[in-house]
Amino acid sequence: MHAIEKILAKAAGKSSVATGEIVNCKVDLAGINDLYLQTIRSFYEMGGNKVHDPKKVIVFLDHYAPASTIQQADNQKQFREFSWQQNIEYLMDIDQGVCHQVLVDKGLVFPGMVLVVTDSHTTTHGAVGAFGTGVGATDLATILMTGQLWFRVPEIIRIDLQGKIPPGVFAKDIILRVIGELGADYAVYKAVEFTGPVVADLSMSERMVLCNMTTEMGAKTSYIQPDAITQEYLANKVNQDYEIMTTSPGYHYHAEHTFDVSTLKPQLAAPHSVDNVDDITKYAGRPVQQAFLGTCTGGRTSDLAVAAKILKGKQIHPHTRLVVVPASKQVFLEAIEKGYMETLIKAGATFVTPGCAACLGTHQGMLASGETCVTSSSRNFPGRMGHNRAEIFVGSPASVAAAALNGCITDPTQYLAKED
Amino acid sequence: MQTEISGRAFVFGINIDTDQIYPGRYLDLTDPADVGRHAMEGADESFVKNFQAGDIIVAGTNFGCGSSREHAAVTLKAVGVGAVIAESFGRIFFRNAINLGIPALICPGISRYVHTGDKLAVNFESGEIRNEATGQTIKAQPLSAYIMNILSSGGIKPLIRQQYQQS
Repeated sequence: MHAIEKILAKAAGKSSVATGEIVNCKVDLAGINDLYLQTIRSFYEMGGNKVHDPKKVIVFLDHYAPASTIQQADNQKQFREFSWQQNIEYLMDIDQGVCHQVLVDKGLVFPGMVLVVTDSHTTTHGAVGAFGTGVGATDLATILMTGQLWFRVPEIIRIDLQGKIPPGVFAKDIILRVIGELGADYAVYKAVEFTGPVVADLSMSERMVLCNMTTEMGAKTSYIQPDAITQEYLANKVNQDYEIMTTSPGYHYHAEHTFDVSTLKPQLAAPHSVDNVDDITKYAGRPVQQAFLGTCTGGRTSDLAVAAKILKGKQIHPHTRLVVVPASKQVFLEAIEKGYMETLIKAGATFVTPGCAACLGTHQGMLASGETCVTSSSRNFPGRMGHNRAEIFVGSPASVAAAALNGCITDPTQYLAKED
Repeated sequence: MQTEISGRAFVFGINIDTDQIYPGRYLDLTDPADVGRHAMEGADESFVKNFQAGDIIVAGTNFGCGSSREHAAVTLKAVGVGAVIAESFGRIFFRNAINLGIPALICPGISRYVHTGDKLAVNFESGEIRNEATGQTIKAQPLSAYIMNILSSGGIKPLIRQQYQQS
C-alpha cells in the first residue's frame, strides 16, 4: 500500500484498502472557515444538536478578516456563537491568518492524520505527511455530527523532481511548469506525491507550495514522505505522538512523471487558466498595476524575505501598487522581527490583515476592469480577484516583487542570480 | 427523484470554475434565494434571466474546479437545475452537488452533441441522454449505487438525519 492508503486504512479501522474503494474514515481535525456558514445551517438541518467531538473541530475567521460588510460581520458573529455554544476551543479569530498557515504554525497538523477543511487548498498538508483534503459545507456538517466522512481511495500519481534548482527559480515555478505540462484537470479525483532530490532539499515552506498547488490540477490530496527536514520543522510545534506512514516497496503508481528543473526559468500562468503556463520572459515588459504577495500559497516568511531582498533600498514603480498579506499572525511577527515589513513598507508596499484578502475577490486589493496583476496566490480564473476583465498572472513571490519594482512583468533572476 | 427529466440545455466550455459559477464577491450571502440570483454570473451574466427551472447545464471537462464553496451547488439548486452533465467534474463540486441532490452526470464527449437551446431528455437509471433537436443519443457513465442512494433520498441531509436519529 501507499502511505496515503495506509493513513486512510488506519482511519477507517481496516488493515488494508484498495484503489476505488469507498471507506468511512475518522477525521482527526475538521476545519470550517467563515465562507461556510452553510456548515452550521446544514448541521441543524440534518438534526444536529451537539458536535460529535468539539476538540476535533477548528473554526477560522480568515476569508473576511476583518469583516467589510454587515453581512460578513453577522456571519462571523454566528460562527463565534456556535463555537462558544458547542465548546469549540479552536476558534481562530480575525487576528490569526489563513487557515492552512495557522494549522502548521500552531502544530495542529502532523504526519499520518486525516485533516478535512472547507477549503480546497487543504492539499497543502501533504507537505507534512498528512492526508489533507477540502470539502464543502454539508460534508463538513456530517463530520460535525458523526466524526467521520466517506472517501474514495484515490489513484496516486508520482511526480519525481530531478536536477538542481537555478537561482531565481522557486517551488512555485516548478509546480506551475508541472501544471502547465499536465493540465488543470490531470489529477481530478486522484492524489499526487512528490519525490526526488529536488524535494529532499526543499524547505517546508517550499514543499507546502508544491502540495498547495496540486489543487490546481484537480488533486484530492497530496503527499511528500516526511524526512529529517519535516521532523525538525515539527519538533517544536507538534505536541503529540504521531505515526509516519511509508509506502510499501513495489507500490504501483497510476502514473509517474519526471521533471528536470535544472534549466527551468521563472514561470507565469497567464489569464485565465492556471495551466496556461510559459516562461516569464514571454510576457516581459507588460505593464502591471497591482502586485499581490500573500495567501496560503505565497505569503510565508520566506516569500516576504525574497520580496524584501529584491526591494531593499528601492522604490516600487509609481504606476504599480504592492499589496502584501502575511499568511498568518506568526508570519507577520517574523516579518516585523526580521525587518522585512519595514523594508517593504519603505519600498511602497501596502500591508493588509493576515488572511485570504483579495485572492478570492472579496476585499483588500480588488482589481478594476482592464488592470493587470501579478500574484503569488494560486488562481487566475476570470473575475477571481475582482472584475471579470482584469488579467491575473500567477507566479512566484520573486516575480511579484520584480513586477512591483519595474511596473511591468520582469524576470526576477537578475536580482537573485548571484546567490551562493 | 424522477427517473427521467427533460429540459433545455445551456452549454458551457471547459474548466468552468466555481468562481464563474458563483463569484467570490457574493460569498457572504447565505439565503439560497439570494444565492440563486447570481448563478453562473461569472460565465454568463444573462444566465439567470434565461434559465428556467428544470433546464440542464452541459459543460466540457473539469466543471466546478477550484474553490470548495458550496454556494456553487446551492446556486444551481436554487435556480432549479434539472441536471448538470459534464465531460468531467472538479471533485469537491461533484460531492457538493450530489450532497444537495443535484444529479451530476459524467459524459465524455457530450459537448460535441449539444448546443445551447437543444431540448434534452435524460434518464438517470440508464444514463441515456437524448438530444430531441438532433435525434442523437449519448450515454453518460452510470452513477454508482452509493451515489444513486444519496440522490434518491433527496441528498445527503435526509440520509444523515435518519442515521443520526437512529443512533
